[in-house]
Amino acid sequence: MSLISCDNLAFAYDGVTVLHGLNFKIEQGDYLCILGENGAGKSTLMKGLLGLKRPSAGSVTFGEDLRAREIGYLPQQTPVQKDFPASVREVVLSGCLSGMGMRPFFGKAEKERAARNMEALEITDLADRCYRDLSGGQQQRVLLARALCATKKVILLDEPVAGLDPLVTINMYKLIERINSEMGITVIMVSHDVQAATNYASHILHLGEDRQLFFGTCEDYRYSAAYHSFMDGGKAVHIWKKAQVKKPAPAAGAAPAETVSAPTEAAPEGTAVSDAAAEKKESPAAQEKAEKEVRK
Amino acid sequence: MFQLILEMFTYPFMVRALCMGVLVALCSALLGVTLVLKRYSMIGDGLSHVGFGALAIATAMNAAPLAVAIPVVIAASFLLLRLSESGKIKGDAAIALISTGSLAVGVMVVSMTTGMNTDVYNYLFGSILSMSEGDVVLTGAVSAVILALFVFFYNRIFAVTFDETFARATGLNARLYNMVIAVLTALIIVVGMRMMGSLLISSLVVFPAVTSMRTCITFRSVMICSAIVSTVCLVTGLVISYLYAAPTGASIVLCNIAAFFLFTALQKLRESLQSREKPL
Repeated sequence: MSLISCDNLAFAYDGVTVLHGLNFKIEQGDYLCILGENGAGKSTLMKGLLGLKRPSAGSVTFGEDLRAREIGYLPQQTPVQKDFPASVREVVLSGCLSGMGMRPFFGKAEKERAARNMEALEITDLADRCYRDLSGGQQQRVLLARALCATKKVILLDEPVAGLDPLVTINMYKLIERINSEMGITVIMVSHDVQAATNYASHILHLGEDRQLFFGTCEDYRYSAAYHSFMDGGKAVHIWKKAQVKKPAPAAGAAPAETVSAPTEAAPEGTAVSDAAAEKKESPAAQEKAEKEVRK
Repeated sequence: MFQLILEMFTYPFMVRALCMGVLVALCSALLGVTLVLKRYSMIGDGLSHVGFGALAIATAMNAAPLAVAIPVVIAASFLLLRLSESGKIKGDAAIALISTGSLAVGVMVVSMTTGMNTDVYNYLFGSILSMSEGDVVLTGAVSAVILALFVFFYNRIFAVTFDETFARATGLNARLYNMVIAVLTALIIVVGMRMMGSLLISSLVVFPAVTSMRTCITFRSVMICSAIVSTVCLVTGLVISYLYAAPTGASIVLCNIAAFFLFTALQKLRESLQSREKPL
């Protein structure tokens, strides 16, 4: 059974359908990127997955041991947070609330979990700093650690690199990649950065014109009509496309896509996770190599 | 001077004022932190004006003031919350509409019935003489509820204040917490209005929170610091108003202003010390 599957899903605001005909499945260990222009319904779909918006038709089905509230969520920053007096530790700990039932205070388990995730995202030394004094990239790491506290399986990232400078952006993508490959956590990322999406994701869901334009592996996406219609939009993209032509395509793009999709479909439920994680560890290296070649 | 302060507490109305004041100051400071951080500071101000309108009507009808004011102000707080959530009228405009509207209704009712008398003056600027035993009991009950809720739901209140969407996504009923906070704010404002006056009560909500945010860097310390600042300012203000026969509400607000500037100066001092350390 898939981790999350959407069948004929549709959403409406005040009776007006904004998104319809969504059919896709997310397997454990996938790295799904949801692409689309502004107003394509990305945020609506995200709210639907989180259980914050009720679908007008169709259904979202979660795998046996997953519920909507067990998805770790990295929202976009709100103006309220910019000057919020809270320590990093407090923010990260607040992610543990979902698993506590009616218990009012944090126990040892929650504190250890927060410490572990801070360690994983290399923000342990910031634990007692004030959230508002951190740089944009550091704040994003803190929120990512909080999202990890709220889940064991899936994180949903809403434009995680919005407003970050190029270097920090690359680091952020690498970090997300590590969360996916090393911690075995399924990543669902909303973005309009096609380049990064095709570099890092294993699967792509492309939304546009109120519906699903494409869903499949990243490899297939490069040959799809949706991809080319999206890419022919801007000038900068043409330059990127030229670079892609030089790139030895199968080595770079295909590797991560195939290694992830193959074992999850073929292997039985239990082993799928570890297989996917193990094989994926090699793929980022291959991918980075290919990226370097392109830059040369 | 020490003698004078001792003498001050031989009057039962002063003791009542102190008990009530400390409780109101404590609770409004805690609520204030979440309200200020959620950008709802003006809700307190709006509600206090609604409270004035309700008190004026209660006086005209010869009804018990609090029995009329409490339900009306709670209803207004729901309304304000709904308006700012739905976004049809922007939050600040909605508050301005409601607060000036109810002030106008209050003034109209007063002028048509009793005229501008000392009662009205007391509603606007507060009076420590107008508080009865019943008021003290009510204040005690309301503040016990607020303090208990803040202790037990502290972590959840933090989560909802910091990031409502995330809190809702992880299964917290953020709307319920917002409503509880709105009701508690309404209650503490009606109760505190007797002492501070409807024009000044919102300062007890806003000042301590803003003051402690100048220097504190964790949410917990902001909460604790604002509770302490609020209580200290209230007691000092009360003493000053007794010693110099000054209006109580205004004295307390002036103490809060002094605290605000003190904390701002501390923050500036700390910043300049830090920037001096850095180049080395």
